[in-house]
Amino acid sequence: MTADLRRSSEGLSPSPAPGEDLTVVPKRHPGRWVAAAVVVLIGVALLRSVVGNERFQWDVVNLYLRDVSVAQGLWLTIWLTAVCMVVGVVLGIVLAVMRISANPVIRSGAFGYVSFFRGTPLLVQLLFWYNLAALYPVITLGLPGIHLDANQLITPLTAAILGLGLNEAAYMSEIVRAGIISVDHGQQEAAGALGLTRSQTMRRVILPQAMRVIIPPTGNETIGMLKMTSLVSVLAVPDLLYSAQIIYNRTFQPIPLLIVASIWYLVVTTLLTIGQFYVERHFARGNKVLPPTPLQRLRALLATHTPLAKGDLS
Amino acid sequence: MTESTSTRLTAASHESQNDPMVRAEQVRKSFGRLEVLKGVDLTIGRGEVVCMVGPSGSGKSTFLRCINHLERVDGGRLWVDGQVVGYEQRGNKLHELADKEICKRRGQIGMVFQHFNLFPHMTVLENLIEAPRLALKQPKADVTLRALSLLEQVGLADKRSAYPRHLSGGQQQRVAIARALCMQPKLMLFDEPTSALDPELVGDVLAVMRDLASSGMTMAVVTHEMSFAREVADRVVFFDAGQVVEEGPASQVINDPQHERTRAFLRAVR
Ligand SMILES: Nc1ncnc2c1ncn2[C@@H]1O[C@H](COP(=O)(O)OP(=O)(O)OP(=O)(O)O)[C@@H](O)[C@H]1O
Ligand SMILES: [Mg+2]
Repeated sequence: MTADLRRSSEGLSPSPAPGEDLTVVPKRHPGRWVAAAVVVLIGVALLRSVVGNERFQWDVVNLYLRDVSVAQGLWLTIWLTAVCMVVGVVLGIVLAVMRISANPVIRSGAFGYVSFFRGTPLLVQLLFWYNLAALYPVITLGLPGIHLDANQLITPLTAAILGLGLNEAAYMSEIVRAGIISVDHGQQEAAGALGLTRSQTMRRVILPQAMRVIIPPTGNETIGMLKMTSLVSVLAVPDLLYSAQIIYNRTFQPIPLLIVASIWYLVVTTLLTIGQFYVERHFARGNKVLPPTPLQRLRALLATHTPLAKGDLS
Repeated sequence: MTESTSTRLTAASHESQNDPMVRAEQVRKSFGRLEVLKGVDLTIGRGEVVCMVGPSGSGKSTFLRCINHLERVDGGRLWVDGQVVGYEQRGNKLHELADKEICKRRGQIGMVFQHFNLFPHMTVLENLIEAPRLALKQPKADVTLRALSLLEQVGLADKRSAYPRHLSGGQQQRVAIARALCMQPKLMLFDEPTSALDPELVGDVLAVMRDLASSGMTMAVVTHEMSFAREVADRVVFFDAGQVVEEGPASQVINDPQHERTRAFLRAVR
């Protein structure tokens, strides 16, 4: 490579004598260093003011961070997020497929659903589900032989799942629909010409390609859902927030317990973000250059900041 | 790949039937108020290679898409392999086919598109084996064997694990041809298979199509490649404004066109 470098620089002046090695001087970026220093300074100042402030009661935070009922609340929050996202995604896909159906009645049905659930506040929906027994004391589903007591059926937890899941489905259906539309029409055509049925085409050809568009916003929805589940504390469902509330109603230490809850929310959203990165990478295969993993990025960073060894320009 | 396991590029035609592979009688098709096919009459015999030429918008693609029922015919009759497209004849009644039956019949007709339309999220091999496995429910091992021998025949055996976007246009189109052949069709439709290719890549695709033609496959090819038509086609059909204006042996239609519109078109493409 040294030989190549010498040859390519021969046209430039002053040209080095043959056989002489060249040293590469990387470009400097003084502005970047100043900006980075300012950001670090602000960060340190903030951290000191928070850690040094006794009114945050860090000892209490530390104590309840590992509390059993907080852990149980955290588990319920994660469980509720997962269940509601599954409901939302599955129903969202169904609604999205309905939205592009050839049948106008099916299309408008899906459209009506989305309009209703997106158009009313989630908190109101949750309270409605919670109070369903007032509207329908007995649920028959219109079928003979089915006679369910709504008061028993709609527990706070089922109301939470219905409220969050059905609302999520409305948003997910729009995301899925955008994904389906983003796939080139020729794909459907080619699959059809090969004799695949509409549902095979959807499952094997269209949806896997739509995933590239669907996954990033779905990751955001999941993170949003994790935090939205805190709304179910109004239904007295013992999630992470409600568990913290129960404790501070007893100990009168709301600030440290809200910090405990926030820390756990932050930990889980961070883990979800990492998971999202790898899922996105998986579904990008065959379509574009894969984004580097953090490890690869670190290596690349170190590589550019290491002075090039002599003759190591390959 | 040994000779015994290799699949030849042959058509699985029903020898017992004497019907032509495709027969169109006064086929009509409209999109809204625009009448695109205004009574097309055309016959394609078994093992015959027919090239369709004509100006843009004359309805060539639409006619091909009617043959495998990607479009519904509005009027006239269209038979493929002795069966009315989209219907089943029982006694003297025509029963409209269920979706599943339509898919089954489509699977017996291969189609190659101008823009290849390979599945970008699947490797080359996966592209080939997907439809035979799902639509024909054939075992993976058998289909894979057939797929590999087809890839060999189109000269891309080493690309089996590549994703389509890593292939040149010419390579993608050859994969698309192999993908269609992997369904063991009795008829192949080509809609301007070389129009989206750089000139230097056209030759490889045409070579594959030439092999296919000489193996006895029935082919309907929409193309602007007059040299290919002259060399390979048994017959050339000239479309204009939704009708077949002129047809005949390739040499006659290309070298000695009878119709003024054919002459004008051929002057333009040359
Ligand atoms: N799905 C559709 N909806 C409405 N109009 C259509 C549709 N498909 C085709 N057309 C119209 O039908 C006419 C014929 O189209 P077609 O694609 O069959 O022509 P073609 O002969 O293949 O032309 P080209 O050489 O440009 O491919 C065109 O005017 C086109 O705009
Ligand atoms: Mg066309």
